[in-house]
Amino acid sequence: MLEVKDLQAWYGPGHALQGVSLEVRPREIVALIGRNGAGKTTTLKTIMGLIPRCQGSVLFEERELLGLPTHRRFALGLAYVPEQRRIVPGLSVRDNLRLGMLADTRGGHEAARIDRIAEVFPRLKERLAQEAVTLSGGEQQMLAIARAIVSQPKLVMLDEPSEGIMPVLVDEIFELFKKMRRDGQAILLVEQNVELALEVADRAYIIDQGRIVHHAAAAELLADEAIKERYCAV
Amino acid sequence: MAALTPELLALQLLVGLALGAIYVLLAFGLSLIFGMLTVVNFAHGAFYMLGAYVAFAVAGLTGNFWLCLACAPVVLGLIGYGVERFLVSPLYGRGIDYPLLLTFGLSYVLVEAVRIIFGKQGYPFDSPAALAGSVEILGNYFPLYRLFVVAATGTIVLALWLFVEWTNFGLIIRAGARDPEILRVLGIDVGRVWRLVFALGTAIAAMAGVLAAPLQGVTPEMGDSMLIESFVVTVVGGMGSLGGAVLAGLLVGLVVSLTSVVAPELAKLSIYALMAAVLLIRPQGLFGRAGLLG
Ligand SMILES: Nc1ncnc2c1ncn2[C@@H]1O[C@H](COP(=O)(O)OP(=O)(O)OP(=O)(O)O)[C@@H](O)[C@H]1O
Ligand SMILES: [Mg+2]
Repeated sequence: MLEVKDLQAWYGPGHALQGVSLEVRPREIVALIGRNGAGKTTTLKTIMGLIPRCQGSVLFEERELLGLPTHRRFALGLAYVPEQRRIVPGLSVRDNLRLGMLADTRGGHEAARIDRIAEVFPRLKERLAQEAVTLSGGEQQMLAIARAIVSQPKLVMLDEPSEGIMPVLVDEIFELFKKMRRDGQAILLVEQNVELALEVADRAYIIDQGRIVHHAAAAELLADEAIKERYCAV
Repeated sequence: MAALTPELLALQLLVGLALGAIYVLLAFGLSLIFGMLTVVNFAHGAFYMLGAYVAFAVAGLTGNFWLCLACAPVVLGLIGYGVERFLVSPLYGRGIDYPLLLTFGLSYVLVEAVRIIFGKQGYPFDSPAALAGSVEILGNYFPLYRLFVVAATGTIVLALWLFVEWTNFGLIIRAGARDPEILRVLGIDVGRVWRLVFALGTAIAAMAGVLAAPLQGVTPEMGDSMLIESFVVTVVGGMGSLGGAVLAGLLVGLVVSLTSVVAPELAKLSIYALMAAVLLIRPQGLFGRAGLLG
């Protein structure tokens, strides 16, 4: 459903992506791993249309995305949970959730949708009126995910969802990814925690210096100490 | 120096509040546009002046003040929309000085255009018959029109507050001032939001122009000093803070009108003294968030 071919991207003169090709199929969790500065975040941002200077091809359900503004990509069913969660300060949990529903006019009644998403995230349900930045890190990550998936996207891209979060909540979040896959959503997952990512993923790509250097089934990579050592050691 | 009797004091307080109300409306738009678009809008005074001239033209045709009050914001809202779409938006991403210089130049063009069309001299502008004269409150006489200006501004501010707090577009405004990129990611066409915000700020400036016209008449230069003083108000209130704009606008209006009784020659200077005093104590302004400009 997502086919990235020879994607290149620049920050000013810096050539951050130098040919990234990867694919995500329906109902699949794909991990994108690599060491710091390899280009993982840039890959997700370029797919979402947040990096102005890029070339190559990004097909989403056979449609070319490059050239489309970010909000149009969202409308096609692509969601992105950025690193650092990006919860909007000054807004309640409920208002942060509402932000995820503004652009999606087909979804039905607002209160009903908040109830529905709150069922998936009981921790948020109890805290809807609370100011969002007072949530714990893990709860904020859940809010960021809830906000991105409340519009029921077809493919969700997540950037380091486990970063700085209590292990219990990490487990909850990764259980949710499996449930999303069962429900028919596809996931492109960027993770520093390689073991964790490979345990949940179906397939994985390794990126290094702006290029995909390896690609295999997740289980295979999980067993391959040499590769992990070479490309993922921090 | 006039003796400051209680009657005079009460009157000057009203004069100050009415002037402050105009500042509030102008600062509200400036603050909104800066908070969302990071555009320092130097054409805001010219939009205020254009609003007054649209009212002047409508009044000449129909003689109906209420129609002026309805038409000017609509006309200027459309102009603001076009200005953002075709002049300001191409400059995003290039640094804060590009739109600043553009709007600065635009204000000269607009003022000159009005001089060519309407002439260099100003015109008096009658307050509507229903609001002429004074009312007696507790033995003091107050000009009815100034009371109306304060009440009208209160209504506009309340309506804007309800709009920002309770509507979806208001939610976008509150979030967009903090993190426009996340709005984009969540499917919102931020460029369109910015155009609408610029149009809204311009429409409010036009309303301020119409309300001010009966107080001072209309002249092509009426926006010049108001712009600078409204900038002072936004700085005192805190750039990007709407509540700050309200409080600081009224405060500045009161300070000007009270100083003008005691020491008329210091009236305009008092504005800058107030700004200096506030900035010494709170560099981010009364309600400003530190680091908004950073
Ligand atoms: N805003 C930016 N301006 C200039 N260069 C950038 C910018 N963001 C990233 N880079 C550079 O682009 C390259 C790829 O960065 P990217 O953030 O995509 O890496 P990453 O794989 O996500 O790393 P991390 O694991 O640290 O999050 C790095 O060399 C980085 O220094
Ligand atoms: Mg990263």
